[in-house]
Amino acid sequence: MIKLILLAGVLVAGFLLLRGTPSAGHLAFRRLVALMGMAAGVVSILFPALVTSVANLVGVGRGTDLILYVLVLAFLFVTMGMYQRMSALEERCVILARQVALREAQRDQASLPRERIG
Amino acid sequence: MTNFGGRNDDVVVVIPMFNEASVIPDVVRSVRATFPRTICVDDGSTDGSAQLAEAAGAIVVRHPINLGQGAAIQTGIEFALSRSDVGYVVTFDADGQHQVADVVRMVDEARGGQVDVVLGSRFLTGGDEVPPARRVLLRCAVAFTRVTTGLKLTDAHNGLRVLNRRAAVTIRIRLSGMAHASEILEGIAESGLTYREYPVHVLYTDYSRGKGQSGINFVNILFDLMAARFRAVRP
Repeated sequence: MIKLILLAGVLVAGFLLLRGTPSAGHLAFRRLVALMGMAAGVVSILFPALVTSVANLVGVGRGTDLILYVLVLAFLFVTMGMYQRMSALEERCVILARQVALREAQRDQASLPRERIG
Repeated sequence: MTNFGGRNDDVVVVIPMFNEASVIPDVVRSVRATFPRTICVDDGSTDGSAQLAEAAGAIVVRHPINLGQGAAIQTGIEFALSRSDVGYVVTFDADGQHQVADVVRMVDEARGGQVDVVLGSRFLTGGDEVPPARRVLLRCAVAFTRVTTGLKLTDAHNGLRVLNRRAAVTIRIRLSGMAHASEILEGIAESGLTYREYPVHVLYTDYSRGKGQSGINFVNILFDLMAARFRAVRP
């Protein structure tokens, strides 16, 4: 059972790589998941036996093992999300730097005598 | 509009440049002897290349920070296209490896042959001057290009190209690093631009060999290309 869940999680993470540009909906979703994760963390600290029960439910022997598996999945999602956002940021940075470069060059060109216009 | 009085008025040569102070004055002068409209895109050089290129007569567009050769070429293309009388854009390396005589022939080929893109190839006639290790990597690049784009080329990683206006407008380089070479080919394949290869001679000097990208960089190129395929198209 746990294998199915983990596999599904990895596939979903891979699928999310293909998704479109980040939107307000995506951000809200990420925030909700983060909040839920924190809530789950609090619960598992206060009621460790509960974690073991849930673990047994999905076919995992120990509660700590389940937490480990969830952690690995969470790490995967977070890493890929950060990579995507970083790449998007870099692209925007390039566009911005290019605008600066072109604007400066056009301005220089405009102030040159006519023969030099490239 | 300005008249340079020659038959290559409508050609702009784009030279992406990063720290090439020792060779750029000669390179610019030799290019300008035939193609007066030369643009050097200074990709954040720290050795004064920009001033030297300007003194040699090139128009210099300065990136405020180092962005990568792909980004520099895209900037040069956009600057060239901002002039409506530009019919051809040539990409030319700053390290002295390329020959201006080859550019002349390639531009003539583009004009007469009515093709959108003319791609330089070291391997149409031999290619013995290419170092053996490099030749192996380049052969892999050719096979890779054939599989991913369907283009049957003999040299898939040559910086010497002639693009007509239509090609220059169509191709948009988004990968700022060295993967731009493959990205340009992908662009050609996807937009159905007509292309032809033309034999060129690359001069491998100790300087250019020292400056050349290390072979291991193909890992980065592959990664960039694969990651780009997964990322959604941005507006």
